[in-house]
Amino acid sequence: MAEKLVVIGNGMAPGRALERLLEAAPDRYEITIFNAESRVNYDRIMLSPVLSGEKKFEEIVIHGDGWYIKHNVMLYKGFKVTKIDRDAKIVTAEDGTTAEYDKLIIATGSVPFIIPVPGHNLPGVLTYRDLDDVNAMLIAARSGGNAVVIGGGLLGLEAAAGLSDQGMDVTVLHLMPSLMERQLDPTAGYMLQKAIEQRGIKVITQANTKEIIATDDGRGIKAVKLDDGTEIPAGLVIMAAGIKPNAGIAKDAGLETNRGILVDKFMRTSDPDIMALGECVEFDGNVYGLVAPLYEMADMVAKSLIGEETDGFIDKALATKLKVTGIDLYSAGDFADDEDRQEIVLRDAANGIYKRLVLKDNKIIGAVLYGDTADGVWFFQMIKDGTDISEMRDTLIFGPAFAGGAAQDPTALVAALPDDAEICGCNGICKSTITSAITDQNLSSLDDVRSHTKASASCGTCTGLVEQLLTLTLGDAYDPTAIPAMCGCTDLGHGDVRRLIQTKKLKSIPALMQELEWKSAGGCAKCRPALNYYLLADWPGEYEDDSQSRLINERVHANIQKDGTYSVVPRMWGGITSSGELRAIADVVDKFDIPTVKCTGGQRIDMLGVKKEDLPAVWGDLNAAGMVSGHAYAKGLRTVKTCVGTDWCRFGTQDSTGLGVKIEKFMWGSWTPAKVKMAISGCPRNCSEATCKDVGVICIDSGYEIHFAGAAGLDIKGTEILGHAQSEDETIEIIAALVQLYREQGYYLERIYKWAKRVGVETIQAAMIEDNENRAALYDRFIFSQKFSQQDPWSQRASGKDKHEFKPMATISISQAAE
Amino acid sequence: MQWTKIGTLNDIPQRGARCINTPAGKVAVFRTANDQIFAIEDHCPHSGGPLSQGIVHGDAVTCPLHNWVISLKTGEAQGADEGKVTTLPVRIEDGKVLLQLKPAEMMANKELA
Repeated sequence: MAEKLVVIGNGMAPGRALERLLEAAPDRYEITIFNAESRVNYDRIMLSPVLSGEKKFEEIVIHGDGWYIKHNVMLYKGFKVTKIDRDAKIVTAEDGTTAEYDKLIIATGSVPFIIPVPGHNLPGVLTYRDLDDVNAMLIAARSGGNAVVIGGGLLGLEAAAGLSDQGMDVTVLHLMPSLMERQLDPTAGYMLQKAIEQRGIKVITQANTKEIIATDDGRGIKAVKLDDGTEIPAGLVIMAAGIKPNAGIAKDAGLETNRGILVDKFMRTSDPDIMALGECVEFDGNVYGLVAPLYEMADMVAKSLIGEETDGFIDKALATKLKVTGIDLYSAGDFADDEDRQEIVLRDAANGIYKRLVLKDNKIIGAVLYGDTADGVWFFQMIKDGTDISEMRDTLIFGPAFAGGAAQDPTALVAALPDDAEICGCNGICKSTITSAITDQNLSSLDDVRSHTKASASCGTCTGLVEQLLTLTLGDAYDPTAIPAMCGCTDLGHGDVRRLIQTKKLKSIPALMQELEWKSAGGCAKCRPALNYYLLADWPGEYEDDSQSRLINERVHANIQKDGTYSVVPRMWGGITSSGELRAIADVVDKFDIPTVKCTGGQRIDMLGVKKEDLPAVWGDLNAAGMVSGHAYAKGLRTVKTCVGTDWCRFGTQDSTGLGVKIEKFMWGSWTPAKVKMAISGCPRNCSEATCKDVGVICIDSGYEIHFAGAAGLDIKGTEILGHAQSEDETIEIIAALVQLYREQGYYLERIYKWAKRVGVETIQAAMIEDNENRAALYDRFIFSQKFSQQDPWSQRASGKDKHEFKPMATISISQAAE
Repeated sequence: MQWTKIGTLNDIPQRGARCINTPAGKVAVFRTANDQIFAIEDHCPHSGGPLSQGIVHGDAVTCPLHNWVISLKTGEAQGADEGKVTTLPVRIEDGKVLLQLKPAEMMANKELA
């Protein structure tokens, strides 16, 4: 028998919790939801666009009716729970409907704070919390007239802007001296007030409402009166003076409450069978109103319901953005003045730009941006990461464009380009082609632009430019942080797909496409290789490699060239070769008439221009001389470059060549999300250039310094230091564990430096260096997966595997064709 | 025009292709996931990439060189790309794959490319 789970409330937080729960354990609970609102779960954050007319309700629904049916969830719409009997474990709704529970979730949200002035309960006084409020406002707005919004916070201003867009004359009354004082400092608040006023909305600050005056017949509102005697005519009053947790029912049931329902970091209330989350809870003295922490709570609830251990909920810095078209405002973190804090301010009053960073101990702890919010996400990331900014302090306020030493705002730079400027060199796409496609075809994401214009779809170096064009063309409507779908076949991103492969135990491409509702019949050339890799990495020994989902290079174990011939690179362990190997290579070159022989950047020899039909015979000859595939074509371990170390070099501190050979022999054949290049240097002079590799080792007298996340291709980036090892064995264990973590977390085609940037260098360091148990487990998983991957693909094919790949099926002669 | 036997259905891997050498150039014969057969010139209209080496999905193939997607049914490039390869009549009879060559048309396309 499934346990009974009852949820009181159907907002975004419980919606997310149920989503996560049903993914992980679809049949564990029999779920019943009581929703006081008579509708399905919708995106409350998007109510403002509904009010302003930019969106319809249908567009902001998160779970439609079908979702509840599909997941066998009983949803009582319009049923308000009035009683929780904790002894009998039964909840009762207003109309007498009851439901028994084993586990109960309270997610009753918040209620608007109604200022108890005379007239506060007159018809025509509305709040702004749900769709009923929005509908009521839309009806009131139809007849035009005057509206007063009490409260100049996020919600109040969004309501004011929406009503103004609907044609009403709006006045905002705010008790404090400046608008949105909880998110903005006084300067930004002042600039915001000016911008709001320019839209024709009146703003009165330090306005203390004294009374709402009724019409003579008492059936409506005539005006709002302030304590200084001012009367503002109003037919509609919106109370947006704040929210408070809706903890009444929990309190009645005897649960511990304060401002909200008290919960621990696992979202448990004082009753072990009752959890609470969302705006109704109080955690560590805080109550919450923004969506990011609520979603975090939802994850905690889902995990505790299936008995998964977590570290618990953490109160983190928050960022806010005002959703009023045409006003750019961003704030994050803590920006109150204090003695131990410093600030950096940029003010350009004429252009309406104001930026303020609050620093403490060389870290950003708060940011307020007005007018130009493009760098908000960058600053917020540094707040969350606690990045030390002392190195870039001089240019910090100018944002990421300057952090690298560049001297121009990139978006301005792109804006200044002429229409016929070439943006994408690979596909020859110019600026106007991209901007007109964005407007004419309503494109809103990078992937949209790629599939409609091809811009940035090849090498990707112009991705930044294309994103800036999106920003330039769409303004706020472009959200670069939205998680891009893996490809056109699905709406899921790579991270979601990897997670679902694990939670749903998906072990084949057809099963995955079926379960995750792929939109195309057989995927595409973008998702199939990615899925094949994910399944291979996640289920070693169980999943059978699907060669038809491999890109050609990995399918035939050679690199295709522009004329359809291939290049062949044999492995030379650590870059070491011999007269015998060189002679065999020379013989192969002569025998198969190979036009070009070249040294690669990874200390290998490349034979270019081999005909496909010749590949198996070429490999056969190389195998006979003891050489195997160098995997120069693979999303896998490519080369370990070395210097000569203590063998020959008068500066060498360790046997770098020997270590390189050991690592390469241990790790060859493993598939990874993207290629992995390594190097080992015998001393800090670093002759093998280890500090721009995916993984590098610098030998020093006291041992081995392990580096990772370097790049020297489309991007150039020095490595980060992962840690220090005393012995060769320890070095190898750390590197193998690192590569395994990358194999498990990386997105397909995401190099190590990009993965590290996404998940955080410190997180990886912690997993490798501080957590020995975790490192050992990763190392063991790597060794296990290597059992299935270390067969030389060349010798398999030289002795007949995949024969059909290398031979034409038939040859038709002139006489046959002419008949 | 006559049909030439070029092999059996099982010679071609599902979601894969094989090449046929002909006097007018290479032809790629594709077999989809549900065993449909298509034959097109093995020459991408973009820069001549060998389409037979691409990933087959639905009834389309993605060129291995620059990711153009070519419809196996019509030979036309999909999405934003413009171009077309010659398609050739092909059919299965008793498990045997039969192809009809169109040398003149293929040669004409080559010259244009």
